[in-house]
Amino acid sequence: MVERLLAVEGVSRRFGGLLAVDTVSLAAPAGRITGLIGPNGAGKTTLFALISGFLAPNAGAIRYDGETITALPPHQRARRGIARTFQVVQPFAGLSVRENITVGAHLRHRGRAEALAAADLVGREVGLGGLLDRPADTLTVAGRKRLELARALATEPKLLLLDEVLAGLNPTEIREIVPVIRRLCDRGITIMMIEHVMQAVMSLSEHVFVLAEGRIIAEGTPAEVAADRAVIEAYLGHGAAKKLGGGA
Amino acid sequence: MKGLAPILAAIVVLAAVPLVVESNTTLNFLVTTLLIALAGQGWNILGGYGGQYSFGHAAFFGTGAYVTAILQVRFGVNAWPAFAAGIAAGAFVGAVIGALTFRAGLRGSYFALVTLAFAEVLRILASVAPITGAGVGTLIKLDLHVSALQFQSRAVFYWVILALVAVSLLIAHALERTRFGAWLIAVRENEDAAKALGVDAFKVKLGAMVISAAITAAAGCFYAQYFLFVDSGIAYGTRMSIEALLTPIIGGAGTVFGPLVGALLVKALGEGATWIAGDAPGLNLIVYGCVLVLVIGFAPRGVIGIFRGLYRGLLAGKREAAHG
Repeated sequence: MVERLLAVEGVSRRFGGLLAVDTVSLAAPAGRITGLIGPNGAGKTTLFALISGFLAPNAGAIRYDGETITALPPHQRARRGIARTFQVVQPFAGLSVRENITVGAHLRHRGRAEALAAADLVGREVGLGGLLDRPADTLTVAGRKRLELARALATEPKLLLLDEVLAGLNPTEIREIVPVIRRLCDRGITIMMIEHVMQAVMSLSEHVFVLAEGRIIAEGTPAEVAADRAVIEAYLGHGAAKKLGGGA
Repeated sequence: MKGLAPILAAIVVLAAVPLVVESNTTLNFLVTTLLIALAGQGWNILGGYGGQYSFGHAAFFGTGAYVTAILQVRFGVNAWPAFAAGIAAGAFVGAVIGALTFRAGLRGSYFALVTLAFAEVLRILASVAPITGAGVGTLIKLDLHVSALQFQSRAVFYWVILALVAVSLLIAHALERTRFGAWLIAVRENEDAAKALGVDAFKVKLGAMVISAAITAAAGCFYAQYFLFVDSGIAYGTRMSIEALLTPIIGGAGTVFGPLVGALLVKALGEGATWIAGDAPGLNLIVYGCVLVLVIGFAPRGVIGIFRGLYRGLLAGKREAAHG
């Protein structure tokens, strides 16, 4: 049994009358890529906000690296090694790409020179090497996604939460960034990714959780999950599994 | 060190002014300009670099002025320690207002309104409290000795305020090259993204508020020593709050030289307007208003922003020419 770096235990989050996340339990084994998929509005991003500390759960606990972190604010979770990217990219628009990444690098490097050097290294690693001096708001969508990734990586995380870093990219761009993510995992970073690009989820993650209407409805290897009746119905509607099964 | 050369050059040039200019009127004009530049640099640390637009920096200016004056007049404290105490008191007021507003999560216009309210409350308190001299104000006794931090010559006063401005420029310069500064700018650009990168936004904003308040308070301390008089309207009036935010915005918020450039421009414009209009009351205020509208409309990054844009355009043009 692989050690669990992150464990979400019976976590719920309510927005007024809407139960966005309903007693969800899941785990991210250390050093692996775990996928989190589900239809729009399933509560995936809310779950990430709960894990990274931007939202507090109404019930349940979040354990990370042998510690309960449910009550910690986001910056303290970041200091313990949890980094996240934002689904809606949040660049520091007025700053250059290098300066953006440097803010992340400062978490582990106090000095300006070391932080800048670390930022350059990370920037090159994710393929932003030639764009470091560009203002962040001149980047393309693909560039901004890479910047999100670079900034999070610059904090030297143990757990990386990737919220749709492939969404909005064209197939070529996806082919370029998938190996980058795999290399991070090889380096020992535990990754949990929300993704709609199924081909990428299938090729990257070993274990996938499926969230629908705030609940985990299935989990397993990507192949198992893709064949699961409940998952097919969640995506394609009630009765879809039967029709597909009949057609096959 | 990169970036230090322009600061040194500016200080040397400004320091030489009294050697050629002997007119007291001109020196007086320059002293008040530097005073506003100093108060504006305080605002710039929090507003320009930190993106927290305070409308109540008079709270710090006034506290510095009153503490400097009251300690001397009522408690017989020497002017030098009184001056230092004024700065410390301003920083303390900044810490209190910052802790309350940032803990409450106030941002944008809410933060602006609450800081304005704090300054107004202090103004009203100062206008009735016996210790401040209430409506009459506090008068510091004329004592033209270095030991009393008063000088016969305007030039010396000018050099004192210039030294304070120099320190404030160096603080802004340091801010652009330290982790604290990088975090502060990150909070300005996007607070949530900063938090996700491990930035304690509350602590960073509070730290900026304290530095910011201390600098603006120093301007208040100097005001008390220079004019030897403080009352509630001068100290805590909205006029100072507005000048402290107007100068960096016009000069270029979030730049080292923004407040200094803005102060020179605003003061020169004010003088120019008075010269054109003679004694027409309120005309300088109309000029203020027009300049602010123009700057925000056409140069949201201030005068320094315009020049930076031109410089970049020039560089790009050269590069194209080289390629072509």
